[in-house]
Amino acid sequence: MALFEAKGLHKRFGDRVVLESVDLKFEAGTLTGIMGPNGAGKTTCFHCLTGFHRPDRGRIVFDGEEIGGLKPHEIVARGVARSFQAISLFDADTVLDNVVVALPQVRERASDPWGDLARDSEAQDRAASVLARVGLAGRERVKAKDLAYGERRALEIALALASGPRILFLDEPTSGLGPDGTARLAELVAELKRSLTLVVIEHDMRFLFGLADTIAVIHWGQVIAGGTPQALRDNPWVARSALAEVAC
Amino acid sequence: MSTPALVAPGAAPTWRPAPAARVPAPLIALVVVLGTAWWWLPKVGLYPYLGVEIAVWMVYAMGYNLLLGHSGLPSFGHGAFFGVGAYGFGLMQKYGVANLWLDLGAAVLAAALAGAIVAAFISHRRGIYYALLTIAFGQVAWFVAIKWHSVTGGEDGLLNLKRLPADFGFVAFDLKSNEALIAFVLVALVLVVLACWRIVHSRYGRALACVRQNETRARFLGYPVWRLKFSIFVIASMIAGLAGALFAMAQQSAYPNTMSLHQSGLIVMMVLVGGGLVSFWGPLIGAAFFILARDLLGAYTETWLFWYGLVFMALVLFKPEGLAGIGRDVAARWRARSA
Repeated sequence: MALFEAKGLHKRFGDRVVLESVDLKFEAGTLTGIMGPNGAGKTTCFHCLTGFHRPDRGRIVFDGEEIGGLKPHEIVARGVARSFQAISLFDADTVLDNVVVALPQVRERASDPWGDLARDSEAQDRAASVLARVGLAGRERVKAKDLAYGERRALEIALALASGPRILFLDEPTSGLGPDGTARLAELVAELKRSLTLVVIEHDMRFLFGLADTIAVIHWGQVIAGGTPQALRDNPWVARSALAEVAC
Repeated sequence: MSTPALVAPGAAPTWRPAPAARVPAPLIALVVVLGTAWWWLPKVGLYPYLGVEIAVWMVYAMGYNLLLGHSGLPSFGHGAFFGVGAYGFGLMQKYGVANLWLDLGAAVLAAALAGAIVAAFISHRRGIYYALLTIAFGQVAWFVAIKWHSVTGGEDGLLNLKRLPADFGFVAFDLKSNEALIAFVLVALVLVVLACWRIVHSRYGRALACVRQNETRARFLGYPVWRLKFSIFVIASMIAGLAGALFAMAQQSAYPNTMSLHQSGLIVMMVLVGGGLVSFWGPLIGAAFFILARDLLGAYTETWLFWYGLVFMALVLFKPEGLAGIGRDVAARWRARSA
């Protein structure tokens, strides 16, 4: 059984159907890529899978439990984390503080009005461990707003990792990165793949085809093709599309 | 179930945030200044009651800044809870039990209930919609206070409220004089400041600061945003209710004007002028500055609020960090020069 599964997902905004009968499966320990042209419905699909939007119809099952319709914080508590297309951080806080607040041990005691969080050295050590993993060791004191763009991307992934996910959704992680930043991110994602289930929306086909175990192609709100990168290369739909140049 | 490999300890950070002081130094300065106000206020040509009023507005401003400055929740009808506290205190004294602790308790409880009702309706909103809803609820409370004549006394309000003694069983303090009331309100202020200090530096406070900075990110890190916004609104309402009760005690009356939009605007101005958006101590500075400006400028001109309004506009335009921000810049320059 897949770790995460969406069945017959349907979403509309007013009279515009954005997702129609979308079926997706993410097996544990794999990296699934989601690709498609702008406006295809990829991000809306992510929003539905992670609780940002409530789907109009369909089921979302994570580890055997129906999570469709749950609030985002309830979904996160079950081990689902995500990043955003537009980098989403706590800009006024330091890098370390950004990650500390993402830790489950801190989040689970969010109603504690007494204990000083700055005295929680164990949480700080854990946060430093996550920062080291994404290449931000030594940058703890810097304010998030003062980081370089690539570092901000890395910090956003660190926040998601710190929340203790079992599955991580990354929405266009290479967006805005140059070749060097993309290469570093590819190394990080490849490393994460060893311990996490990953789902990545991406426009950079070389990035995606180099890392993904399976890829789903979304167009006009529907999954029009899917399979391994090789199967996609052989798919006549893909071969006839603008994706062919990179995929094949 | 988390993925242990991702968050396993093993690395120490190159920097750690400084823990908050158990008792912050500015609080000691505040106690010294307000604790001796009964003595020095007459020496500078002012009157002891002014100390009571400053301390009451400081209580109110500290609680309000938990919402506006710390959590980024613009409540523009907060006078409602100040008024509910005042009426709760007065009604309990007139029709219930004339006991200071029970009357204060009734005021805080009434404000908490009113705050919970309002928060339940607005906590899923943010920004301008949040602000507009608070104004709407504030106006409803003000209208009820004016029209429900049989209970609230209408536009006259509840008159002849008593300054009841602070009875601890083994010893009782008479609070009829302004000098004694300053001391009593100061104790309440110290407790409120310490509670706010702890809240701001706690896990709960950090979660609220996350909501202020980026509500969506906080939600997708697993924080129950609605619950956080609801709870801090109730806490701020309780503190406003306590301030309202102390105000009713000081004024020996409770009247609807305290709930008006105008009065709700004053607390916003105090917090912003003082620098509540950037400093924990800003609301205290803002409350003192407002009351002193009212009395000192008011001695020279009836249009003192016009001049105060100009100061407010100048600060918003040129120094949004308020008086606390100006103080911080001056201190930084001074440190740089002496280094």
